Amino acid sequence: MSNEYGLRKRSHQKWFAGLTLLLSFMLVLSGCGAGKDGQGGSSGEGGKVTLKMMHLWPEGSSAQQSKLVTQIIDQYQKDHPNVVIQQEVLENEQYKNKLKVLSASNELPDIGITWAAGFMEPYVKGGLFTPMDDLLNGSKLKDKFVPGTTEAYALNGKTYALPIELNITPIYYNKAIFQKYNLKVPVTFDEFKQVVKTLTDHGVAPIALGNKDRWTGSLWYMYLADRIAGNETLKKAIDGSGSFDDPGLIQAASEVQTLVDMNAFNKGFNGLSNDEGKSEFMNDKAAMYLMATWELPNFTTNPAIPQAFKDQIGFFKFPMVEGGKGNENSWVGGPGVGLFVSENSKVKEEAKAFVEYFVVKWGEQSVTQAGVIPATKVDTSKEKLPKLYVDLLNGLNQASSITLFADVQMKPNAAQVHLNMIQALFGKAMTPQQFAERHKAAIEKEN
Amino acid sequence: MEKVMSNKLVIALYVLPSLLLLFAVIYVPIVLTGYYGLNQWNGIGSMTFVGLDNYQHLLTDSAFWQSAWHSLLLALFSGISLIGYLVIAMILSGKIKGANLLRKIYLIPMLLSSVAIAQLWLKMYHPTNGVFNSILASVGVHNPPEWLANPSLVLFALFIPIIWQYAGFYILIYYAGLKNIPETLMEAARIDGASAWQIATRIKLPLLREVINVTIILSIVGSLKYFDLIYVMTDGGPNGASEVMASYMYHQAFRSFDFGYGSATAFALLLICLIATWLIRKVTATSDTIQYS
Repeated sequence: MSNEYGLRKRSHQKWFAGLTLLLSFMLVLSGCGAGKDGQGGSSGEGGKVTLKMMHLWPEGSSAQQSKLVTQIIDQYQKDHPNVVIQQEVLENEQYKNKLKVLSASNELPDIGITWAAGFMEPYVKGGLFTPMDDLLNGSKLKDKFVPGTTEAYALNGKTYALPIELNITPIYYNKAIFQKYNLKVPVTFDEFKQVVKTLTDHGVAPIALGNKDRWTGSLWYMYLADRIAGNETLKKAIDGSGSFDDPGLIQAASEVQTLVDMNAFNKGFNGLSNDEGKSEFMNDKAAMYLMATWELPNFTTNPAIPQAFKDQIGFFKFPMVEGGKGNENSWVGGPGVGLFVSENSKVKEEAKAFVEYFVVKWGEQSVTQAGVIPATKVDTSKEKLPKLYVDLLNGLNQASSITLFADVQMKPNAAQVHLNMIQALFGKAMTPQQFAERHKAAIEKEN
Repeated sequence: MEKVMSNKLVIALYVLPSLLLLFAVIYVPIVLTGYYGLNQWNGIGSMTFVGLDNYQHLLTDSAFWQSAWHSLLLALFSGISLIGYLVIAMILSGKIKGANLLRKIYLIPMLLSSVAIAQLWLKMYHPTNGVFNSILASVGVHNPPEWLANPSLVLFALFIPIIWQYAGFYILIYYAGLKNIPETLMEAARIDGASAWQIATRIKLPLLREVINVTIILSIVGSLKYFDLIYVMTDGGPNGASEVMASYMYHQAFRSFDFGYGSATAFALLLICLIATWLIRKVTATSDTIQYS
């Protein structure tokens, strides 16, 4: 190696080393500096108010919702020239993660989306959401919500978010299959079991179920519990003031196993995801499917699904159980997402005013424009809607109670136990008695 | 050049950036995880220091030990399957017809991502339309197994794709190791009248020992912390029948929002992997290093 070359190389290498060092420091530093955005809004100059809103309807995957949000915001800005609303849009999982990170550093947006009950609780306890009771009892929103929806967002007597979606869960059924075997829509659980039996006798899977996701099976248990023991008993067992030991609740669990024994569900359901289970129904292989109203677009407006299939789908209310305490107008379901206002927002009043406006507008337009059922009451006579929507909305208006999905209602830890127990119950890995005991233990532990 | 490289300052300068990065992204989080494990924390509010509570609970948590048992079973299975990989590699490295093609066939699973493999096998295991059950149904089996829904089958149903997934990787390592053995040794043995079996067991295996040790550590530690395929295919279900340590940790931290307990589980997982590595190294330690000359 020549001397001159060595020298040149040497200085070159020093440079290089310095550069690497610098680069790596920058890498480390940039890692620390990230996440500074999303700070609470502030009043800008000239009396302009900037509201930051974070939501989870990206243009790509939730086109209709995204359009509706933008439309409402545009209208609001036109009506209130001093307000500017900035949207930040994230995908569902990312949204949940970002919400957590932002709340850890106390930098929540002025307005954001939250889920009910168990999801919301840590945020409320951390003093991050502001109560909305004044809006709820105000002139524009009083008595506008479907009973049972805002309660899911209440904690210690205060309501911390306003729901904008509502889901109830009917049993969808394939009219063509029912016709083929001369079946009538069952009203009582005995009739329902008869339908199941006829279908299995003809080699048709009666019910599509993907229980790998577990909350899907939970719906069946919840309905049976509601119909047999009544929604109050179920509610109390879940919140810990009652108990899963209730004979009605245990009977509900054993009815689940009766259905399993009758081969009511498609084969291998405990290893199939909800989507895989659903595909049995969508491919005419299973006759019934118990799922929330978020599936409605698939049976009405979704252009990707053939009209012939959509035409043969109907729904019925979960049948009544003879001698049970529940009635057929009590639903399992619950609000999807709601809007919260950050407790630390500098423009809290303006944010609340917008939330009020948003809930009203969303309630008027979401069914027709996005296929989403709002948590506010819908006047079905005014809107031009697919029949399935009208029927379900009418069913909803008659609702005597709506029991929130158990896994949303319970605290995260008990919810996991519940979901695992559901899988075990359906898989016949435990008795109804054990099912009750494990629930009791998990709920007591968390209260 | 050599002078530059032996300059202490330069060495420090070169090592420092990666060392800093390594500390920032690996060692500091490890210590933090251990610390979080000492707290009760839901990931949002403030942490409450609870000392060793989480770790004590872990010791008596039957769900954790069940998942640990599943991880151990997976480690055992992958350990045993190494023998199969080795045999295949030996065959491939010999002069057989079509070795080139076979090598490619074995390597293809390596090119697929775990999630793609999971989707593929989910289809194969489908209770009614899957390949396995379609075949079984066509030969007259009325009640073919529900592979992923049957608690006593699901774990083994998952092991098969996992073992299939890593076949290419280990075969490749063995193959490279075998090709590294000088042909002259085998030739000399053949002249002395050694059979193919003798060559395999007396020459190839001993010379491959170091490589085998490495693969044992890789496969066992890899199995103990295995996560992705199981997460996608069964999510630990039904009712925990296919839960492994890593998925248990994930469920505790991100589903039950028990970050303290999840961190404790993660830290325990780290310790178990460290102990396993140390044990394997003890058991397989060799004093003599092989030198070809």
